Amino acid sequence: MPHSQHPRHRTRIHLAAHFPGVNSTTVWSDPHSGSQIDFASFEHLARTAERGRFDFFFLAEGQRLREHQGRILELDVAGRPDALTVLAGLAATTDRIGLAATATATYNEPYELARRIASLDHLSAGRAAWNVVTSPDAWTGENFRRGGFLPREERYERAAEFVEATRTLWDSWAPDAHVADRDTGVFAAADAGRFAHHGRHFGIDGRFTVPRGPQGRPVLIQAGDSEDGREFGAAYADVIFSRHGHYDAGRAFYADLKGRAARHGRGPDEIRILPAVTAVVGATAEEAQEKAAWIRRQQVSPRNAIQSAEQVWGRDLSDLDPDGPLPDFDPVADGASISRGRVRSGTDPLETARAWRELAAAKGGLSLREVVIEMAAHQTFIGTAEHIADRMEVHVRDGASDGFILVPHLTPTGLDDFVDQVVPILQERGVFRAEYEGTTLREHLNLPIPGPAAGHRHDDVAV
Amino acid sequence: MTTGHPHLGVALDGAGRHPAAWRSPHARPADLFDPHYWVALARTAERGLLDFIRLDDSLGPPSARLPGRLDAVSVAARVAPTTASIGLIPAATTTHTEPFHVSTAIATLDHVGRGRAGWWPKPSRTLAEARHFGRKPVAPDGELTDEQGEFVDVVGRLWDSWEDDAIIRDMATSRFLDREKLHYVDFEGTYFDVRGPSITPRPPQGRPVIGITVDGPDTLEIAARFADVLFVDASGPDEARRLRDRAHAIAEGNDRDPAELRVLAEITVHLAESEPQARRQRALLDARSDVPVPDGLAFVGTAAVLADRIAAWYTGNAVDGFTLVPGVLPWDLDRIVEDLVPILRDHGLARTAYTADTLRGHLDLPRPANRYAHT
Ligand SMILES: Cc1cc2nc3c(=O)[nH]c(=O)nc-3n(C[C@H](O)[C@H](O)[C@H](O)COP(=O)(O)O)c2cc1C
Repeated sequence: MPHSQHPRHRTRIHLAAHFPGVNSTTVWSDPHSGSQIDFASFEHLARTAERGRFDFFFLAEGQRLREHQGRILELDVAGRPDALTVLAGLAATTDRIGLAATATATYNEPYELARRIASLDHLSAGRAAWNVVTSPDAWTGENFRRGGFLPREERYERAAEFVEATRTLWDSWAPDAHVADRDTGVFAAADAGRFAHHGRHFGIDGRFTVPRGPQGRPVLIQAGDSEDGREFGAAYADVIFSRHGHYDAGRAFYADLKGRAARHGRGPDEIRILPAVTAVVGATAEEAQEKAAWIRRQQVSPRNAIQSAEQVWGRDLSDLDPDGPLPDFDPVADGASISRGRVRSGTDPLETARAWRELAAAKGGLSLREVVIEMAAHQTFIGTAEHIADRMEVHVRDGASDGFILVPHLTPTGLDDFVDQVVPILQERGVFRAEYEGTTLREHLNLPIPGPAAGHRHDDVAV
Repeated sequence: MTTGHPHLGVALDGAGRHPAAWRSPHARPADLFDPHYWVALARTAERGLLDFIRLDDSLGPPSARLPGRLDAVSVAARVAPTTASIGLIPAATTTHTEPFHVSTAIATLDHVGRGRAGWWPKPSRTLAEARHFGRKPVAPDGELTDEQGEFVDVVGRLWDSWEDDAIIRDMATSRFLDREKLHYVDFEGTYFDVRGPSITPRPPQGRPVIGITVDGPDTLEIAARFADVLFVDASGPDEARRLRDRAHAIAEGNDRDPAELRVLAEITVHLAESEPQARRQRALLDARSDVPVPDGLAFVGTAAVLADRIAAWYTGNAVDGFTLVPGVLPWDLDRIVEDLVPILRDHGLARTAYTADTLRGHLDLPRPANRYAHT
C-alpha cells in the first residue's frame, strides 16, 4: 500500500460520539439526564451524531459491575446493554453513521465474535467497527466459564492472535463467493468460508458462515496505552482511541503512534488517531467557563470526592469531610485494589497524593472535593462554538490528532449543543464534511477497502 | 388453553425449511444477507398478527449447500425497530458460548424491542462447530442437554440479578443504584461458575420468553423445568397431548404452574391455491435437492385444509399453538398471512388485533416475579 494514496491537501477532521459511560464523567443528577438503558436514549444520541455527520457512534463495555471496597459501586451510572445487539437495532434507525462496539479479546472466541461483528456489517450495510480491548483480570473472569486464565503479560499476545484469526475469518469468503445461482444449484463457491488458524491461543478450522461484508472488513479500533498496547495498535488498528486529548500530550502520542505504524510498514494515512474529548459550548467564554465549572461540580458529588480519594489512598475515608483538607497521611502503597473495574492510569498512589497536595496548596488551600474536581474532571474544550472549532482545527492541523471522540456528560442530549453549534462552523470552514460522501464507515474514515488477500500482510509482525 | 385461539408463530431461516428452497422461483437467495429481506419477512409476519418470529442459528454452516447465515440475535435486533408488536425469538447456542454474554444479548434485545424478546437456546452438537472453537471435543448428547439446562438456569438468574427498581437516582444520598437490589448469582455448576450480577438492568419483560425444542426425554425435562414455550414435533394430536401432559407433570414436580407452559407443535408447510399445485411445487423442489428431504410433519396443501388441521389439534386440547415453518420463503409466509390467518380468524381461531405489546402478553404469560426480591 503506497503511503499517500489519500493525500491530505487540507485539514480534515473525523468525529465520533461516545455514548455516556459508566463512570463519574456521566452526570445523572441533572434534571435533563435520561435513561442510560432505554433504546430511545441510544437512538437519540446516535441520530444526533448522524445529524452532525459524525463518522461513528461508539459504545464502551465493562463485563463486570464496578466495585468499591468490595461492594458494588452505587454512586455512578451503571447498567449497560450488550453493545453489538444495541448497534444492530441502531442500524435500523440510522442510515450512514458508523457503529462501533467495544468487545474484549479475553472473554470471547474469534469464531463467535467475528461472526457477530460481520453480521452487524451486513445488517448496517458496511458500518461496523470493533474496538478491541484486553481485560486481563481474573475478577472479570469470574463471570465467564473460562475464568481468569490469562496472565497479564499475555493479554496483547492473545489479542493479536485473536485479530489475526478474525481477519482470516472475515477474509474467508471471496467478494464474489455468494453466487446464489438457482439454475446451476450453486449457492456459494465451493471454498466459501473455509478457514484454518493454528496458533498458540487458538487452533480452529472449518467454515465461516458470514460472507464478506460491504466494507471488506469491519473497521478495527484499539484503545490501550501501554507499550504493548501501542505496538498492537500500530500493527493492527484502523483507528486508535486515545486518552490524549490535550494539545501537547496529543502531539507526542500522535508522533509516537504514527512512528510505530511506519515501523510496521504502514503509512500515516492508514491509521486515524482519535482522542476522547469533552466540549462545553457557551454563548460567551465566561458562560462556557461557568457551565464547565457547574458540570464539574455535578460530576464530583461530595461522596464521589471521598470515593476518588479512597481510590488513591487505598483505604476507607468515609469519616473525612469532603469540604475539609486532604488526608494528612500517605496512601497505602498497594491500595489500588480498593476499587475494581475502572480503566486505571497506572500511576503510583504516593505520587498522585503528592500532586493533589501540591495543587491544594498552590490554589490557596483547596478542599478535598475541590481538588478532586480540579484533578478528575477537566474538560478538553471550553468556550464559544467559534473557539472550540478553532481549537479543534488547530489540533488536527498540528498533528495532535486526526479528529475527536466526543464524550458527552449527559444522556441522551449531551451532544446536542456541539452538533447544533460547533459542527456547522467546522463545515463552513470546509474542515469537516457537510454531507456523507460514502455509505460505509471505511469511506467516512477515508480508509482503503482492504483487498481479500490483505489479511496476510501483517503475518510477520511480532507483537 | 387460555386465549380461545391457538398461539401462532413462524420460523424463519434462510430461504425456508426445504433444502432446495433457495432454488425456488419464489425465493430470494441473493438477499439472505440483506437486512431488508429480514425486515420484510418480519413485517409480513406482523401483518398476520402472529405471536412471534423464530430465527434459527448455529455456530456452523446451516448445510453444506447453503453455508451462510447471519447471527440470529443481531437479525432480531435489526428488525425490532422496524416492527411494533411481534415477538422476536432468535436462537443462541449453549455449548461453546458464554452464559453471561448470551444473557446480556437477549436482555438487550428485550430493551431494543421494548419487551418483545425471546430466546431459543440450542446446543451445538456437531464436530464442525467444536472445531470452530477448538476448546473441547463433542460431548455426548446427554451432557450437551444437561449443559443447556444449566445454561438456561444461570441466564434466568442473571436476568433477575437486578431488581426492577435497582436504579434509584437518589439525590439525597448521591446514589444512582441501590446495591441491595443487585444480586451476585454465585452460580456453581458442572459446566461453569458465574458470579454476576449482570451488567445489564432487568429486561422489560422481567425475563424474556424461553423456548426450548423438545426432541427426547432429556430435553422434555429441561424444557418443562426452564422454558415458557416448548417446541414439539408430534406425529399427531395424541402424541402431542401426551407430550403436553408429561410436560405439565414435570413442571408440577418442579413447583411450576403448568398453566405457564405453552406447548407449540412444529408444522412445516408448503401451501398453494390447490393441493395438486402445492404438490407440484413441492415435487419440483424435491427434484432440485441433492440431499434427502426430511419429511417429518410437512403439510402440503391448501390453507383451508391446514386451518382444519390446526383447529382439530387445538380444539382437541392437544397443544397450545403452532410454530409454522415455511417450506419456502417468502412464499409460504405470504400464504400463511394472506390465506391461512384470515380463515382462522373467521373461525375465531386467530386474533383480530394485537391486545398486548410484549411477547409475554401475546402468549398470555405473566411477568415473572424476581427470585431475588423479598417483598
Ligand atoms: C480511551 C480508552 C478507552 C477504553 N475503553 C475501554 C472499554 O470500553 N472497555 C474496556 O474493557 N477497556 C477499555 N479501555 C482499556 C484498554 O483497552 C486497555 O485494556 C487498558 O487501557 C489497559 O491496556 P494498556 O495497558 O495497554 O493501556 C480503554 C482505554 C482507553 C485508553
